[in-house]
Amino acid sequence: MDIYADNAATTKLSRAAKNAMFPYFDELYGNPSSLHSKGQTVKEALNKARDDVARAIGAKNSSGITFTSGGSESDNQAIISAAEIGAKKGKKHIVSTEFEHHAVLHTLERLEKQGFEITLISPERNGIISVESVKNAVREDTALVTVMYANNEIGTIQPIAEIGAVCREKGVLFHTDAVQATGHLHIDVDAQNIDLLSLSAHKFHGPKGVGVLYAKRGIPLTRLIEGGGQEKGRRAGTENIPGIIGLAAALTDAVSRIDKNTRDVGAIRDRIIDGLLEIPNTILNGDRENRLPGNINVSFEGIEGESLLLLLDDKGITVSSSSACTSSSLLPSHVLLAIGVPREVAHGSLRISLSEYNTLEEADYIISSVKEVVSELRDISPVWDDLGKGVRNHVI
Amino acid sequence: MLYSEKVTDHFRHPRNVGKIEDADGIGEVGNVTCGDIMRIYIKVENNIITDVKFNTFGCGSAIASSSMATEMIKGKPVSEALKLTNKAVVEALDGLPAHKLHCSVLAEEAVQAAVKDYYDKNSIEYDPLDFAIGCSGCGGECEV
Repeated sequence: MDIYADNAATTKLSRAAKNAMFPYFDELYGNPSSLHSKGQTVKEALNKARDDVARAIGAKNSSGITFTSGGSESDNQAIISAAEIGAKKGKKHIVSTEFEHHAVLHTLERLEKQGFEITLISPERNGIISVESVKNAVREDTALVTVMYANNEIGTIQPIAEIGAVCREKGVLFHTDAVQATGHLHIDVDAQNIDLLSLSAHKFHGPKGVGVLYAKRGIPLTRLIEGGGQEKGRRAGTENIPGIIGLAAALTDAVSRIDKNTRDVGAIRDRIIDGLLEIPNTILNGDRENRLPGNINVSFEGIEGESLLLLLDDKGITVSSSSACTSSSLLPSHVLLAIGVPREVAHGSLRISLSEYNTLEEADYIISSVKEVVSELRDISPVWDDLGKGVRNHVI
Repeated sequence: MLYSEKVTDHFRHPRNVGKIEDADGIGEVGNVTCGDIMRIYIKVENNIITDVKFNTFGCGSAIASSSMATEMIKGKPVSEALKLTNKAVVEALDGLPAHKLHCSVLAEEAVQAAVKDYYDKNSIEYDPLDFAIGCSGCGGECEV
């Protein structure tokens, strides 16, 4: 068996994206800034890719689409731009959440050192940010609200349109890190009152190293990279043409199958969740209903996530864990701690993230393998031994 | 790869896993909130460690370090087991990634804790300075 179930980390390149990209590694190598026909042919393809992306996220025109190197760059640029716009009006307060991606959190930390005040909202126990908590956090001097569309670890989907409406009403810019949501959930930047949005190609079967920052008309972006006038002066450097073409092809392809994948991938997800919850002292992290079709995040008491991941790897199952041991920081996941998962249980977490390439047969193999490995690790765990003897109390 | 072949082997096929019901010494170190706990059981006859078993809650390198440490003290005099260093465990495993070195420290401490328990239970006098146990806190804080 060879089962790839770490699609929240990255995805396999789709055939549509691969085929679209090939010519741009080969005969279509012109620079889109060149005036000759070799350049202009590529320029046309670049424009078309921009139109395709705009259409896929409900943007009225393609001028708001800036191609970047990926989700992290887009998050950095969105937040820094909004901070600069706010600072000019004396607004130096930013609202975000405790369980954002580090591309957001670390950018906010930097701004904090530069004199901005940051309010981080705690998610509810089910991994959802309440609209009310955003409403309460916004002040007169708030420059930006940034809330992720779907969480990368626990897959919970946030009430983006409602948060967008609050921001619109209060006259505050709204950014969403939609890296995990794009291509998997419907996005309509206008209907959802989104001013700035980040997305990354390799999370929806596109290539790595390319992403998009969408900015609503009239929002000036601060350049992070100085140089030529590419991307309307918002990002210098010769465009990553094969990447951009691949991004647009993968996105168009993914968006055309959102409803089908929500149903089919969601069914595989539900089977795995039901199967894993049969294991005693196991919890599902994050809301059961409002979660990405492909996300499963569970914690098993008495075992540690890295050993679980490695033993599953031996069985041909590729998954991820947010235990401390899988990071070099040795701290358990900030996401699991933010939703109130006890530390000892956060260490025993497992994330399975599916795509349309997974099957129900694979789900059954995943369930039986996880059951086997969990029981193997519990057999050698002193913590599990103590829990069994009643020396230690169960926390889940 | 993340781990050496030796680490992977000891993680996948840990030696001396289990418990000794009538152990002469039991040592437990680590903290569940930090993500690793090791418990080592020893059986001693004529000052020789005749049997040793372990239980570990932790990552691959924690399990491998426990397995290797038990192999290294099995059949050895108690006084020699006491001299087992985390460095020796790391060398025997052909190295550990830098942020995993604390797992080998836990293994050294678990062995010492088991020996100390044996000494205490049998009222054997010892020099407290021989026991370096005292690492508290998670991870990197006790790396050497």
